[in-house]
Amino acid sequence: MNTRFVCSFPLEDLQRGRGRVTDSSITLAHGSGGKAMRDFVQDVILGAFNNPLLAPLEDQAVMDLQELLCIGDRLAFTTDSFVVDPLFFPGGDIGMLAVNGTVNDLAMSGARPLYISCSLVLEEGLPVDTLRRVVTSMRRASDEAGVSVVTGDTKVVERGAADKLFINTAGIGVVPVGVNIGASRARAGDKVLVNGYLGDHGCAVMLARNDLALEADIETDCQSLAGLVARMLEICPDIHCLRDATRGGLATVLNEFAQSSRVAIRLNETALPVRESVRGACEILGLDPLYLANEGKLAAIAPAERAEALLEAMRMHSAGADAAIIGEVVESPSGVVILNTGFGGGRIVDMLVGDQLPRIC
Amino acid sequence: MKYIDEFRDPEKAQILIREINQLVAQIEACRKLPLQIMEVCGGHTHAIFRYGLKQMLPSGLEFVHGPGCPVCVLPMGRMDDCIALAESPGVILATFGDAMRVPGSHKNLLQAKAEGADIRMVYSPLDALKLAQDNPDREVVFFGLGFETTMPSTAMTLLTARRVGIRNFSLFCNHITIIPTIRAILDSPDLQLDGFLGPGHVSLVIGTEPYEFIARHYLKPIVISGFEPLDLLQSLWMLLRQLAEGRAEVENQYARVVSMSGNKAAVAAVNEVFELREFFEWRGLGSIDHSGVRIRDEFSEFDAEKKFHVPNLQIADPKECQCGEVLKGVIKPQQCRVFGAACTPQTPMGALMVSSEGACAAYYNFGRIDISAHPVVADSERGTAV
Repeated sequence: MNTRFVCSFPLEDLQRGRGRVTDSSITLAHGSGGKAMRDFVQDVILGAFNNPLLAPLEDQAVMDLQELLCIGDRLAFTTDSFVVDPLFFPGGDIGMLAVNGTVNDLAMSGARPLYISCSLVLEEGLPVDTLRRVVTSMRRASDEAGVSVVTGDTKVVERGAADKLFINTAGIGVVPVGVNIGASRARAGDKVLVNGYLGDHGCAVMLARNDLALEADIETDCQSLAGLVARMLEICPDIHCLRDATRGGLATVLNEFAQSSRVAIRLNETALPVRESVRGACEILGLDPLYLANEGKLAAIAPAERAEALLEAMRMHSAGADAAIIGEVVESPSGVVILNTGFGGGRIVDMLVGDQLPRIC
Repeated sequence: MKYIDEFRDPEKAQILIREINQLVAQIEACRKLPLQIMEVCGGHTHAIFRYGLKQMLPSGLEFVHGPGCPVCVLPMGRMDDCIALAESPGVILATFGDAMRVPGSHKNLLQAKAEGADIRMVYSPLDALKLAQDNPDREVVFFGLGFETTMPSTAMTLLTARRVGIRNFSLFCNHITIIPTIRAILDSPDLQLDGFLGPGHVSLVIGTEPYEFIARHYLKPIVISGFEPLDLLQSLWMLLRQLAEGRAEVENQYARVVSMSGNKAAVAAVNEVFELREFFEWRGLGSIDHSGVRIRDEFSEFDAEKKFHVPNLQIADPKECQCGEVLKGVIKPQQCRVFGAACTPQTPMGALMVSSEGACAAYYNFGRIDISAHPVVADSERGTAV
């Protein structure tokens, strides 16, 4: 593509004033730096996210270090981009995903998520109402997760140079003193826990794409895990490993733990929480729910003596009502995840090479 | 899940395994072990590994993973032809998902897609036909693959295309047929098979009658099997009973789906659209007479090989590859000289490493470590040892 109009949009260059976007769809003008862009920021961005750190519309958000130090002694910092198609799917949308994805990445270090950024890449022609729905959803999700959108950027690109709407969010959180979570900390004897049903998100998005002609009542599990993790750390400050099982699903995360910690993980198939509808869709398509994406599920590895208490606390929390202990860490074979099948056999659960591909027959 | 969990009942499995153990012991009294059983179908291979059946069974019983994985036996030249079609101007290539990573001599379909070819994954040939209707200014080519299992749906799609009068749709036909291949395997001099687990879905279409020659002429028992783990165990039990009693018959475990005469309407559609090729090249096995089908002349307007220039390349399999020996059961996947080293699911040299139904990929993904050799050392109160 030789000519691409990429128009930078620093929210912060603008003076506050009342603006209103009257166009029905996004044009290159909304990223051009002129009045159209000012109105866009006032109306769509500030309209959704207004808060004291964002409102001055400076080139950056400035936070008070002392406040952060009251929470913990280390910063956690992460970024993630969101390109899901379709933008809206049962139970969620790209905006909710963009907030919770980054919030959860922060939370997996034990951090309390505080601030996130919002960078939008908009394809010319995107309906303004679509964008409004997305940013409204982002605001709702950030309120629920207890974070503020404090800085951002928008680019508008020519039709065809992006698919409708891409969102990047980066986030900052603070890790409480004494919390030390890492993928290499799993030890033989530890228990493996998840906070609920696996594969809902992957399955919901797959079905929403509608090229399967399958219908099922499956919604995304997209949710903030920050509150749940805070509660888990109260019960068991020495959680060894924690990761959200997004792309690649639970299987991928557990393989990462097993390889980093040089241990084996044994799962019990009968203990894995998978909805009947998700199992059914997977049976038809020849997919394995262990590899399906989740957007509100974590895998935790914790010392055996705290596992039952941890499980109980998770089940008391709204984000962990269907939590389960699904397996345990053993010494060998190092770096391998093994599933004890409900049928009485066993098999290796390896990392995938690429996407799962449906089988012919 | 109804109609699924019933076929995965671990208690029933234990009963069958006890009986299988007894039968193997009984057979061992009369002859040398191991017994070699070929599961013809890739779906069976996949299930054997997915449910960890191998470790549940006596060591004197060995599975030989047969040629019934359609993407595994597709020769490289056909894959190159397919990629050339996909890269033709104006073409949308529609394909089943698991063909995407099958290696051609230079690239696979995923790479061709990344380079700009318009390749769409579909779940049925009818989806491809719909693509043609939705894109009247484009030519949609469906990459038709598979045994008798998928042949009827392709045939019905062509019949529909002709009835509705869709002109921008064609088929790159790579359908193959299982019976000549089983015969070729049985004729192979270095073969030592004791019996077969017959394919379930193929038999749903063709019935059980076409397998009679295996029992009659080659004196090998065969049991048509379903795909759930209890199906497979029951089929094995039936097969072992035949061996113990010195019988060689065609038996049908999958009677809830497969009838003796098959699905006549499906066979009729197949016969209306397709005819046997004189020979077809199989990856690893070479050319096998009458093992592939082509589109009949009456339907040539839908034949991508006539509509487009197809290079029709003959590409030899890589020399190091021992796919053929694995397919014939002469060696186990892990005995191949490139298994797990030059050839892995990430960098497959042979197609057996590509599909999850391929014997090598199944071994690599599910079975490369003997997990029964690693007993649980931590908390084993729930009896998690395999």
